[in-house]
Amino acid sequence: MTTTDTTDTAAGADGAPGATTSRKDWTSDQEVRWCPGCGDYSILAAVQFLLPDLGVSRENTVFVSGIGCAARFPYYMSTYGMHSIHGRAPAIATGLAVSRPDLDIWVVSGDGDALSIGGNHLIHALRRNVDITILMFNNQIYGLTKGQYSPTSEHGKVTKSTPFGSIDTPFNPLSVAIGAEASFVARTHDMDRKHMMATLRRAHDHKGAAFVEILQNCNVFNDGAFEAITGKGSRESMLVPLAHGEPIRFGPDGSKGVVLDPDASLRVVDVADVGIDALLVHDEKRSDPSLAYMLSRLARGPFEPTPIGVFRAIERPHYAQLVDEQIAAVRERKGSGDLAALLRSGTTWTVG
Amino acid sequence: MSRTMDRSPGSVSRIGSLVVRFAGDSGDGMQVTGDRFTAASALFGNDLATFPSFPAEIRAPAGTLAGVSAFQVHIADHDILTPGDAPTVLVAMNPAALRANLSDVVTGGSIIVNSDAFDERSVAKAGYGADPLSDGSLAAFRVYEVPMTTLTVEACKPVGAKPRDAERSKNFFALGLVSWLYHHPLDSTIEFVERRYAAHADVVQANTLALRAGWNFGETTEVFESSYEVPPSTLEPGTYTNVSGNTALAWGLIAGAHQAGLSLFLGSYPITPASDILHELAKQKHFGIRTLQAEDEIAGVGAALGASYGGALGVTTTSGPGIDLKSETVGLAVSLELPLVIVDVQRGGPSTGLPTKTEQGDLLHAMYGRHGEAPVPIIAASTPSHCFEAAIEAVRIAVTYRTPVYLLTDGYLANGAEPWRIPDVETLPRIDPEFQTEANHTAPDGTSEFLPYLRDPETLARPWAVPGTPGLEHRIGGIEKHELTGDVSYDPGNHSRMVHIRADRVARISRSIPPVAVDDPGAADGRPARLLVLGWGSTYGAITAAVRRSRANGLDVAQAHLVHLNPFPENLREVLARYEAVLVPETNLGQLVKLVRAAYLVDAVALSKVEGRPFLVGEVESAIAERIGSLRAAKETRA
Repeated sequence: MTTTDTTDTAAGADGAPGATTSRKDWTSDQEVRWCPGCGDYSILAAVQFLLPDLGVSRENTVFVSGIGCAARFPYYMSTYGMHSIHGRAPAIATGLAVSRPDLDIWVVSGDGDALSIGGNHLIHALRRNVDITILMFNNQIYGLTKGQYSPTSEHGKVTKSTPFGSIDTPFNPLSVAIGAEASFVARTHDMDRKHMMATLRRAHDHKGAAFVEILQNCNVFNDGAFEAITGKGSRESMLVPLAHGEPIRFGPDGSKGVVLDPDASLRVVDVADVGIDALLVHDEKRSDPSLAYMLSRLARGPFEPTPIGVFRAIERPHYAQLVDEQIAAVRERKGSGDLAALLRSGTTWTVG
Repeated sequence: MSRTMDRSPGSVSRIGSLVVRFAGDSGDGMQVTGDRFTAASALFGNDLATFPSFPAEIRAPAGTLAGVSAFQVHIADHDILTPGDAPTVLVAMNPAALRANLSDVVTGGSIIVNSDAFDERSVAKAGYGADPLSDGSLAAFRVYEVPMTTLTVEACKPVGAKPRDAERSKNFFALGLVSWLYHHPLDSTIEFVERRYAAHADVVQANTLALRAGWNFGETTEVFESSYEVPPSTLEPGTYTNVSGNTALAWGLIAGAHQAGLSLFLGSYPITPASDILHELAKQKHFGIRTLQAEDEIAGVGAALGASYGGALGVTTTSGPGIDLKSETVGLAVSLELPLVIVDVQRGGPSTGLPTKTEQGDLLHAMYGRHGEAPVPIIAASTPSHCFEAAIEAVRIAVTYRTPVYLLTDGYLANGAEPWRIPDVETLPRIDPEFQTEANHTAPDGTSEFLPYLRDPETLARPWAVPGTPGLEHRIGGIEKHELTGDVSYDPGNHSRMVHIRADRVARISRSIPPVAVDDPGAADGRPARLLVLGWGSTYGAITAAVRRSRANGLDVAQAHLVHLNPFPENLREVLARYEAVLVPETNLGQLVKLVRAAYLVDAVALSKVEGRPFLVGEVESAIAERIGSLRAAKETRA
């Protein structure tokens, strides 16, 4: 069946080849209730613009979230969705992905949800390489509870719960993900739809756990947290786009670059001083995660040149695949399970 | 060639039942010894019940009281219900095992000790001031001193093992001796040894030699005046196997999923005494079972719920503190109205409590342990083999009513074992998951639509529409939902209706459960008993045995045992009203008693025991006699 019908109920519902959908088809009838001006709107738009282009069907797409502002995301998608409990979305998505490898599963989370209350589930979903796409909206603040510091808030941050400044050392989300054996790690930001869509497309197409940090502005409780790097005027000189196989360059006319020093540290340089050949060539497929980890720490915070794009994208079997292979292997050896035989698998004896 | 050993025609006494307890250091192999004695008894046709007991520590310091591990088995020529109150035979492999278990042995009972282990140091380590074998403190018992270590080392010489290694087979020497004493053939044990230690020919040889040496010791020495035989029991005709509660429960989950045509997903975190369910299901991958050893208890239940959302049967298994951790997700399942089975193998609490000891401490947690009005159905298994049936029933309720279900067992059921007549799988109930595949409502404008919370008028169950179903895309979550669309709703009237609907949905389950059966032999002749003993869960064996003994002593007493704890069977109110007094034995401080008092305004009285051990039959029997005594006294006073 091919169709040009674009009504909400028909288009994209069956995922038939040739069916085309638009953003509208992926939008639910629910009123979006984020604060006016929130960065979440642009992330929602990027996802809704992207999905019609991914060749997936609405019925096979699931958004799972935890708690927080970002976690309202599933309500606004016309797919299957679950708004679950704080921090547990990666665990719930793991059960879903393992039992239903045919589905396209997205986890939407925030910095508090993913790195504080749900930190344990996040790292284990990553190490197991569960086939899910995790979007972590990082605004460095607790928004839904009206402005407490988060595990990514900078040291010294003054909030309602830290009136004299935070004394916590923050997490670097990408360092955490790389340390947790993630097979796909990327960063993008809410001010650039094109970059978001390109990054999310890569994350979606990756088989296994994909982790994307999306720098997101909370204009009410932490306005301008990333302005110094994502603002229109500063972006060119402060964001370092990563491209596989290319020397790492940024700045006006690519005048800046990144080199790997002999003491195993990264340094931002003027390309004119060192020459293009001296620049570090980005290799997202490198099995050793050390360079990706170093890149994740190139900036000490959103006030220094910050790499964006895909840091790491390696291939390894995803979890449900391994589960299914194991089941198939055991069946090969033992045959399919037979309930009557199972009940007689111990020592038996007959009376009468 | 038969490997059954010949025996001389000595004096043989026939006895109706026997309770043996094997006790030693936790490294002495007492569990395997008890298990093999049990297996041989089962094959012989005895009815039986077992009670393993071991320390929480993997290897507590050798020779200390803390490190004593024991296995009690009750075998009989008739239908029995418990592992026995008091052992008639204690096998003690060292002084600590003797000291830790002596007070349980019946007066005049037999004690077989490994006399080699009673050196000065070991005697002191067990806390004895003087050697109990020579200070006269065992005068009330028949004591058999057997140098088991020496004889085992001697017997194993042909293998060429070092004495230290050979010594490790002494549990098989003890088993061989007890097997001779009670006329158990050695064949099945030798086959077991050959299978179990197949990779180590020397171990097979040593254990077999020790086993035979033990038998021969009984046969050739005149230490024992007589040997004994427990004739086979008259069990119902059928094929039997010996199952533990954890195994029966795992099989019941497989059967439940099979009967519902669902794939089984287990999300679990290892915890004593529930881990064996995870182990058993992990072995059965060829049934298509997916087991996930999660990063924590919360992830275990979360993954199970995620699997249910996708149309699988999601199950999580745990005990003790694991239940606390899962509570939030169980609340989410209440809100999402999805099937989920939460197995709680109860153990002593609070906190870490007594990891290897039994307690019925979680009933009120299962009932109320969530914030908000969050009703959850509760099922409890009564015996090790009943765990099979209880698991299928938990699956039926979870799937039919789209609800999380608590399935309660405990450490006593989990590790205890009994013969089980294997059911014909054709007779197991069918469970229909009734997946939603199309729109279920016509909107005012005539278009068809899907309302995820539009309910079955009879069961109040909502549709189970799983991802992948075209046209039924919808969003669910833990925020209060509109009663039909499932959309987020903060409307006061809607919340009130949803709270009531969730309560009604669980209450209506009572329509599909059987009435509670009452065993009151006099009632048929118009002479009902005045006292009802009401129980739930693992107290079934002790209560039933106590009721039988009380009747044998001329007391009229009725018995009822609950499998469904929430909701209660519909006839329970009427049943309770029939009796002047209700006694509720529980291994907690009185949890069911609180529920029935609150629900029915009856003056039910608790019989509590919180020692980490099951009730002894005698304890329940005394309480019955006492209650009946006070009823009689009250009547006389009135007269």
